[in-house]
Amino acid sequence: MTHASESSTPATKTPESFWEIVGRWSMSVDHKKLGMMYVGAGLIFFLVGGLEAAFMRLQLAQANLKIIDPETFNQLFTMHGTTMVFLVGMPILLGFGNYLLPLMVGARDMAFPRLNAFGFWLFIFGGLLLYFSYIGSQGLYGAPSAPDVGWFAYAPLTDRTFSRGNSTDYWILGILVSGFGSMTTAINFIGTILCMRCPGMTLMRMPIMAWMMLVVAALVLVAIPVLTGAQIMLLLDRSFGAHFFDPETTGSAVLWQHLFWFFGHPEVYILILPAFGFVSEILPTFSRKVLFGYPLMVAATVSIGFISLGVWAHHMFVVGLGPVLNSFFGAMTFLISVPTGIKIFNWIATMWGGRLRFATPMLFATGFIAMFVIGGLTGIMLATVPLDWQLSDSYFVVGHFHYVLFGGTVFGIFGALFYWFPKATGKMLSERLGKWTFWLLFIGFTMTFMPMHVSGVLGMPRRIYTYEADRGWEIWNLITTLGVPVQMAGVAIFLWNVVKSLRSGENAGNNPWDAWTLEWSTTSPPPEWNFDRIPTVTSARPLWDSAHPEDPDAHYE
Amino acid sequence: MGREYSRTERTVAEARPRKNHLHRYTSSHAPNVIPTSGARESSSTVSSVRRLRCASQLQRYTLLGVLFFGAITSIGVSTAAAEVPQSQASRSLEVCDPSVIPISGSGVTSILESNSAPAREVRSLGYLVVAICAGIFVVVQTFLVLAIVRGVRASRVANASAGSGAEPVQVFGSLPIEVAWTVIPFIIVFVLTMVTIRTIRDIDLTKPPEGALTVTTIGHQWWWEFRYTAADGSTVITANEMHIPAGRPIWVELKSADVIHSFWVPRLAGKLDVIPAKTNALWIEADVPGIYLGQCAEYCGTQHAHMLLRVYAEEPAQFDAWLAAQAAPAVEDATVTVGRDTFTAFSCFNCHAIAGTSEGLFGPNLTHLASRDTIGSGSIPLTRSNLVQWILDPNTLKPGCNMPSLKLEPAQVESIVDYLMTLK
Repeated sequence: MTHASESSTPATKTPESFWEIVGRWSMSVDHKKLGMMYVGAGLIFFLVGGLEAAFMRLQLAQANLKIIDPETFNQLFTMHGTTMVFLVGMPILLGFGNYLLPLMVGARDMAFPRLNAFGFWLFIFGGLLLYFSYIGSQGLYGAPSAPDVGWFAYAPLTDRTFSRGNSTDYWILGILVSGFGSMTTAINFIGTILCMRCPGMTLMRMPIMAWMMLVVAALVLVAIPVLTGAQIMLLLDRSFGAHFFDPETTGSAVLWQHLFWFFGHPEVYILILPAFGFVSEILPTFSRKVLFGYPLMVAATVSIGFISLGVWAHHMFVVGLGPVLNSFFGAMTFLISVPTGIKIFNWIATMWGGRLRFATPMLFATGFIAMFVIGGLTGIMLATVPLDWQLSDSYFVVGHFHYVLFGGTVFGIFGALFYWFPKATGKMLSERLGKWTFWLLFIGFTMTFMPMHVSGVLGMPRRIYTYEADRGWEIWNLITTLGVPVQMAGVAIFLWNVVKSLRSGENAGNNPWDAWTLEWSTTSPPPEWNFDRIPTVTSARPLWDSAHPEDPDAHYE
Repeated sequence: MGREYSRTERTVAEARPRKNHLHRYTSSHAPNVIPTSGARESSSTVSSVRRLRCASQLQRYTLLGVLFFGAITSIGVSTAAAEVPQSQASRSLEVCDPSVIPISGSGVTSILESNSAPAREVRSLGYLVVAICAGIFVVVQTFLVLAIVRGVRASRVANASAGSGAEPVQVFGSLPIEVAWTVIPFIIVFVLTMVTIRTIRDIDLTKPPEGALTVTTIGHQWWWEFRYTAADGSTVITANEMHIPAGRPIWVELKSADVIHSFWVPRLAGKLDVIPAKTNALWIEADVPGIYLGQCAEYCGTQHAHMLLRVYAEEPAQFDAWLAAQAAPAVEDATVTVGRDTFTAFSCFNCHAIAGTSEGLFGPNLTHLASRDTIGSGSIPLTRSNLVQWILDPNTLKPGCNMPSLKLEPAQVESIVDYLMTLK
């Protein structure tokens, strides 16, 4: 075997130089290396985006502070939103998909490995292009400037008349380039899931996460091209005298919102469905039970995929679309809560009657459910159109979607990091530090985002760099700001945990959590070819079957 | 650690079966005894028995959950319903209500302090929706906590009594339960949709209500312009401070001069975007006289934060007097001609209109500037010293605003301020 011959040579081989390591990683088309690079790069951007948020919170700690000037503040929230959505959420989630999908479906790599590498580097260059604007771009007054039009970049604020300089062009091009990366990844996911499954793995025997990733990939392919198209139209408006979004001529400012949110709402599900997938893998393992209602879970995922394409205008209830459209999109938004609710009930039923062990991944998965329920319910409040007229664009909305994207997606990501880190590195993370991370993040998160609901109800709008002292908003903003250092401590402990584990972590073995899906049947870390022999499966839990040959799952499917 | 724990569990399970626990591989502890042909049958029997048992237990809990939800929601709904007659009562009081609208302190811009019919209706709907959501919240979190408590206890029991460490019962699903928690949310969603549509129909009017006064509101980067039609048919233009008669419906027509803004005075109504090349309209009706605060709610550029709104609701007679005063030409005070000449000698008049003196449209109309309480779109009190500083360099008070510093001599600024302060 090649493996044997390779492992016999190191005795004579000198250790790799730094540049050899860089070369080996940067030229790799291995889905595992690419997946880890996706997650690593996403985490670096997570720190950057988090710092941007910390600066904003510093400025808003008290009324009428003058720590950060309005131009900088507007750049901060634009870059924070853009970074977190395009350079943190998507790459980390797609990175996990990249790493795990071939292992989960029993394949040796993705369907198109080189396309995979191409997509990764597009994401990296897109992200760097966006951040290069801090150096290379000119904003409103000819000074170096990052984009400052908001991550949603509403027309006509993006028009040359109002956004002079070229910071908005950096925003367009950076996101456009990384968007192409996401599209190639989505094609790869679909190809891998549909064509590369190992013998015996029917669609209904896939790990549930593969289903979620399949729906995510389909949504990426539907949503991202709409954004890309709209961005090209905006580029034509700005640089070549077109008038798509120019209300001075026959263009329409509202058209941009339709196109943007037609991308933007499926995007929310692109960011949450993979986290649903992580939780659906973690909960059964630590409850020692099979996932409750697998077929209904699949049905709920697919229907979320479809319904999410018909709810975009709930971001536009205050645009004045008229009673008919408002009612329709309100009803559609209520409707999407049904399959989402089904998932939550199924998760709780999975835990019900199980033997729970609260290792760190399970803590995050449970925290995910508890927090996501809150985000979902405030979502129902916002779907109530007249209530949205009051709450839209207020801090209530900021609180709501951070409960979904932080309490949901980020908790899911941390759960996944703790769960699959041993697989990817062969080392266990420290449970003690992991629990510190969870509780600090949980407390910091609640301190930061719960008071935002109150300041929103008290009438505080979003995206303001300062606020009046006499409106009763100060105490809530202060608590919000005080939550930031607590979260930072949690993240710092996590980073220390990673470093410590890589240096001197306990060896993980193939299957440290005693889980049941295929990725745990190979070594940790898996060899470049994943499996010495392509496995054959007879149910959704092949490792359960091999542990209990007398009572395999296939009997119950 | 986890691995060892689980391994022990499984080893123990294989060593010593638990009698009174219906386990999926109960039959397998002596696999050699059972003939291969019967194994499948026997295990599937076990499975059906097991599912039934768990299903009935879960069904009981689901039923309990529904009742629980019903109880909490009905409490909430009755609270929300109690809100309605109360609000109608206060509506009949309208202008006579002696309550004074606060202009500072917590709740001054709260959506829960409604002083206008549309805002009140939104609040009632809000209480209903919050009640339903609270019901769902309590039920779901209770189940989650119960699942955790039971699960941890089960795991502890399994650990403590060495020999019962087998995997727990595997439940693959239950049709009745899954149907239940698909159908019940559908019903809740249906109810929510119906009440939502009813409220939309009540508030989102397509034409002005009877007897409404129309105020055209124009959003600018970063200030507000209001236009009224005076008794004689002429147009009255003012800025940043909107005067309305209390107790009369106001039809706020929203237009934008540049980018998208949003008109939001929480005590009076929900917000509505102000969009270039699109005329939106909003209905408000202040019950009681007072100053209602609000601000732009759609990101519109550098000084979005200081695009504040002040709505002055006045007794109808007082409002009529105000409108007549605003319709009058600018005060001509002979003592400040120097200031007026300075104003017209520099480029002030390019942007600012003063009836009879200048016709600029880019900045706020100053014809009756001195009758206002604030400058800088509601962000700075109108005092002599603030006005002097504003004209010297607006960027010190509102960084990034579109009014430039004209680099005037202090004496010139003083004379302009002398002039402006006479424009009552």
